[in-house]
This record gives sequence, structure tokens and C-alpha cells, in this order.
Amino acid sequence: MDKTLMLSLYRDMIRIRRFEEEAARSYSRGKIGGFLHLYNGQEAVAVGAMSAVEPTDYIVATYRDHGHYLARVGDMNAAMAELFGKADGCAKGRGGSMHYFDVAKRFMGGHAIVGGHVPIAAGIAFASKYRGEPDVTLCFFGEGTANMGAFHEGLSLAALWKLPVIFICENNLYSMGTPLYRTLSVEDVAVRAKGYPMAQEIVNGDDVLEVREVIRHAAKRARTESLPILIEAKTYRFRGHSMSDPAKYRTKEEVKEWMERDPIRLLAERIYALGIANEEQLKAVDEAAKQEVAGAVRFADESPSPDTATLFDDIYYEPEHHEQDEKVVPLEKRRQQASV
Amino acid sequence: MRELTYREALREAMAEEMERDERVFLMGEEVGHYNGAYKVSEGLLDRFGERRVVDTPIAETGFAGVGIGAAMVGLRPIIEFMTWNFSLCAYDQLVNNAAKLRYMSGGQITLPIVFRGPGGAAHQLAAQHSQAVESLYAYVPGLKVIAPSTPADAKGLLKTAIRDENPVIFIEGEVLYGHKGPVQDEEYQIPLGRGEVKRTGQDVTIVAWSKMVHAALDAATELAKEGIELEVIDPRTLRPLDDRMIFDSVKKTNRCIIVEEGWPFAGLGAEIAYRIMKEGFDYLDAPVVRVTGEDVPMPYAKNLEHEVFPGVEKVVRAVRDVLYS
Ligand SMILES: Cc1ncc(C[n+]2csc(CCOP(=O)(O)OP(=O)(O)O)c2C)c(N)n1
Ligand SMILES: [Mg+2]
Repeated sequence: MDKTLMLSLYRDMIRIRRFEEEAARSYSRGKIGGFLHLYNGQEAVAVGAMSAVEPTDYIVATYRDHGHYLARVGDMNAAMAELFGKADGCAKGRGGSMHYFDVAKRFMGGHAIVGGHVPIAAGIAFASKYRGEPDVTLCFFGEGTANMGAFHEGLSLAALWKLPVIFICENNLYSMGTPLYRTLSVEDVAVRAKGYPMAQEIVNGDDVLEVREVIRHAAKRARTESLPILIEAKTYRFRGHSMSDPAKYRTKEEVKEWMERDPIRLLAERIYALGIANEEQLKAVDEAAKQEVAGAVRFADESPSPDTATLFDDIYYEPEHHEQDEKVVPLEKRRQQASV
Repeated sequence: MRELTYREALREAMAEEMERDERVFLMGEEVGHYNGAYKVSEGLLDRFGERRVVDTPIAETGFAGVGIGAAMVGLRPIIEFMTWNFSLCAYDQLVNNAAKLRYMSGGQITLPIVFRGPGGAAHQLAAQHSQAVESLYAYVPGLKVIAPSTPADAKGLLKTAIRDENPVIFIEGEVLYGHKGPVQDEEYQIPLGRGEVKRTGQDVTIVAWSKMVHAALDAATELAKEGIELEVIDPRTLRPLDDRMIFDSVKKTNRCIIVEEGWPFAGLGAEIAYRIMKEGFDYLDAPVVRVTGEDVPMPYAKNLEHEVFPGVEKVVRAVRDVLYS
């Protein structure tokens, strides 16, 4: 077992967990507005997947995107500042929790219309193939998404055109308050792939190493043979759908059972068993993550709110506009210009 | 100067841009092997091959989204909707994705993509195939909307649209495809957001686009016999709108009629009328009048369909109204 790898997976997962815990606290304190969908419990999927691909491979995520962003981009300051609606956020405070972006790092967004991003991911893969570039696209979504037309159209085109895209369904058993057996006509989302047809695979989404292995193979196949795949990761979200959901529709026993399979704990136990690190050493990693989160909160607190003079920026790409000094144009004037 | 049909002019624009820039490709239903449902893309597959002229299944959400994804990473797709009616299946892609990705990402994403195809009613195609959708799209910040009336405008504007760095909704007149007009030999482009005076006159300003320009011009010919001179303004681009040109004309004529094929309620004409009222209130000698399609789903029967359509007679009647004659 690769020691450095195991530790880096652990670090990436604990960073997400601590970040999400702080996001929940800051939300309760009123520092974060809107919808806030947390990733606690699903960390192994994003971290396993990102660790298995190249930094040049494209990532397309949903509104539950903090984990994916941190696993790919890593910038906690920009992530926290975005939640706080600040100018230094990863989308300049325009997107919020559901719309993280870092195009330079090929993190192509958190998207908040269920299923709407699936064809987009196919399109990014289409572009890679069109240009003869080796990049693969990873598209994440929940099991509830498998009922959307956009999901089917995206997968059917990816199969038809043999696009290098990996569809990763994070099956956390619920779409909002609805258990999947009441919304899904199949037991496993993965079987849907058969009809396009497309390769499929089911993985234990709580096992970061298993996720990593499966994605690694899928990425290699996508890169060398230009073929799509649907991977279903069975997992569980520890918290409600969003901060406004107390998740009363789940029994305590069910939640407890899943919490015992906490992906971070599973990895820690493996690390101990293999003698890669002891409890104290992992604690230090955890402590560093907490410090980093605290720093991110300070950063986000101190970051300025977006200047209201920028309200109308970036509705369109405007070459002339980018040349002028934006701050000198008063908001009223921009308002008039923008409405023409 | 050469005469080209509107269809040929559009085809020439696409071919020139595809020749010029390898990132440009055409995608849609029947665009390749069938040579286009309306033959706009005829010959393009032979010329550019299957990589650049991509036939799709009937999956508007799917291929509109694929186009958006491809544009996000630097290609320049032209997505053809067989007709704009079917774009409504992809409305989510256009409104929630194409229009918003740049803004939502804090300016990180640039989306150079054109969605094009025929819009408006043809003849007796009934409600689901006969509608003008420009208001639905012009409503949305983040989109640009174009609706050309002549072959020359169609070519020049489509070339500019393809080179634009933003998502462009390009609505062609379904009944204009066979319409002929002069198109210059040399390469040219027409800037977005600039209208054109299609006929000068001093009595009444008519604002019209796409096929309604022709109804306005026919009405102008008829009324000229009585010595009434209409000024016909074609904004060509509906968003951004060249309202300066409209205001200037209204300041001269003091009367204005907006002619549009779409429904009246919350239509584009209402917005234009508001702007004229706000900017040129003191210049108006009569209320601004709209001539629109009737507020009804399009019926099939020929006589009923005729009633719905805002034709020459209705324009002439409106002119008499604003002239109080
Ligand atoms: C088209 C659409 N319909 C409804 C919603 C509201 N909504 C947001 S998330 C969600 C549940 C999605 O469940 P799933 O796909 O399983 O993802 P998860 O939240 O479990 O990660 C719903 C119904 C939406 N955002 N988009
Ligand atoms: Mg779910």
C-alpha cells in the first residue's frame, strides 16, 4: 500500500468533513444564506474519484459540490468566502454554495437544476474528442437524478458518440425526503446503463480505495478507448438534504448503522492496521484541517462583499467593458446600460 | 450584386465561418445526411464531413446541453433546432445553463454558441408548430436574440453571431427561406444591436422584425398611394435592442406602431412601447399601438389562422388609428 497516498486520501477526506461541519455552524450563525447541501458521509466518492484522475480531467458536479471542489481545487479560503457571499469567493459571491467554479483547475461547476448538467458533461467530453485531446470528464449526481430526461439524453448521446465521460451516481438512498424505493423503478441505478448501452459498475461508496480503483480503470478506458461508463457508488449522507431538513424521515437505527461505516473511520482503521500511521499522527492531520478551516473562516470574514458596482458585470462577455475601469461607472449608469 | 435566397445566405454564412475557424461545427437533427429539414445546411456534410456536421437523435435537451458543454471549453457550436417550437424541450438548457453560466461563475466561463432554426408560423401547422418564441428568449439576461428579415441581414448577422463570445438565439423566419434579395460578394458582417431603416418616411414609425418587416413594407407601399409615408425600422437584433434608432424615428414621426407575430401579453412589443413612452413621451401625438398575433393558440383551419395573423390589413388599420384618419 502506498503510504503517502493513504495519508493524502485521509487528509483530503477529513478536510471536507471539517469544512462541512464549520459550514453548518456558520449557517446557524447566519453567515451563510440560501440552500446549503452538505457532503458529510460521502467524502470517499469525491476524494477517491479525484485521486484517480489527472488534474487536467474535467469535473462537473451538482449543488452538493463542496467535497468535489475541495478534492479537486482544494482552496478552502475561496470555498468559505463563496459561502459567505464575498468577493474573494470562487465565483466572486455570484454562485454561493451550489455554484462553485474554478475553470482554470477544470472544475466546471456546481449545477443546481437536477440533471441539467449531465448533457453538459457529455458536451465537454465531446469537445475533448473533437480536438483529439486525452482529457476525460467526470460527472457527479445523485440517484434521484436518474429519473430526469436530461440524464437519459446525456447518457444516450454519450453512448451513441462514444464520449470519454464517467458518470458517477452517488446513491445516498434519498432524494430530498424521498427514499429511492418510492421514486426509482429499479434497485440499482447502474442497470439503467444497459439500455444505451454503456458499461456499468457498482462500488462501495464508503470505501475510498475501491472508488479510486474503479474510477482509475474507467478513466483509463475512457482515455484510451473513448468509452463512457456509469458508476454507481452506494453511500449515505449523514445530514439532512440541506440545512433546512432535519431528516425526520430516517430512523435513528438506519443513520447509526451507516455512521458506523463512516468512510473516514474506515480509512483510518485501514491506516492503523497497515501500520502507516498511529492515532496521534492522524489526529495531527485532523488538527491541521481544523486550523485550516478556522483560517478560512477568518479569510471569509475579512473578505469584502462584492462591490455593488460589479452587479452587471459578466452577464455578457464584453471586450470593451473589460478594458475600462469598472469602478468609475456608477451603478445607476450600469443599470441603464445593462437593460438595453 | 448577386441575388441569394435567405436559405442560401444562411448556408453561406455557416460555410464561411466553418472554413475560417475549425472550432465551429454544426449539430442538430437531420442537418447532415438529410441535408437539413429546411435544406439550410445542404451540402455542408459533403464539404466538411461528419466531424463538423453532426446528425443528432431527437433529443433537444441532450444536444443543446452537449453544445453548451463544448462551448464551455472553447468550441464554437452552431446548434440547429429543427424549429424553435422544439427548443422548448431544451428551454432549461438555454435559460438555466447557457444564459447563466458566465454570471454564476463570476465571469470564468465564456460561452460562444449559436442556437438557430426557423421560428414563427408557416401555413396551417396548428398550435404546436406555429409560434413566435422571441419574447421567451429576449426576456432572459445573458442571451442575445436576433431575428433577421432579409438574406443580406441573415448572412451578416449569422456570421457575427458565430463570432460572438456569448450565447446567441438566432431565429430565422420559416416562411422567409425562399425569399430572395441582394447579397454582396465580398465578405461582411453586421454588428449586433444595430437596427436598419428599411424604408424612410415621416408620417408613422413602424417597428417590425423578421417576416413582419415585409408586412410593414407592403402596408407602406399601399399607403404611399394615399400620400402616407411610413418609416419602417427593423431592429434586427432584439436583445440588445437598438432603441436609439427607434427613438430618433419617433421624434421625427411622432407616431409609432409595433408589429410582431407573437402573442400580445408580456410580448416584446410591450417592452418597446414602454421604452418609447418613457424616452419620447413629449414627442408622441398618439398612443403607441401594437399589432400582434391574436392571444390564442394557433388554429388549423385556414380562415381561422388568417384571423390570427397580424397581416397588412391590420397594419393599415393601425396606421389610420394613430393618424386619427
Ligand atoms: C429539475 C429540478 N427539480 C427539483 C429540484 C429540487 N431538488 C434539489 S435537490 C433534489 C433531490 C435530488 O436528489 P439526488 O439526485 O438523489 O441528489 P442528492 O441531493 O441526494 O445528492 C431536488 C428534488 C431541482 N433542483 N431541480
Ligand atoms: Mg440522493
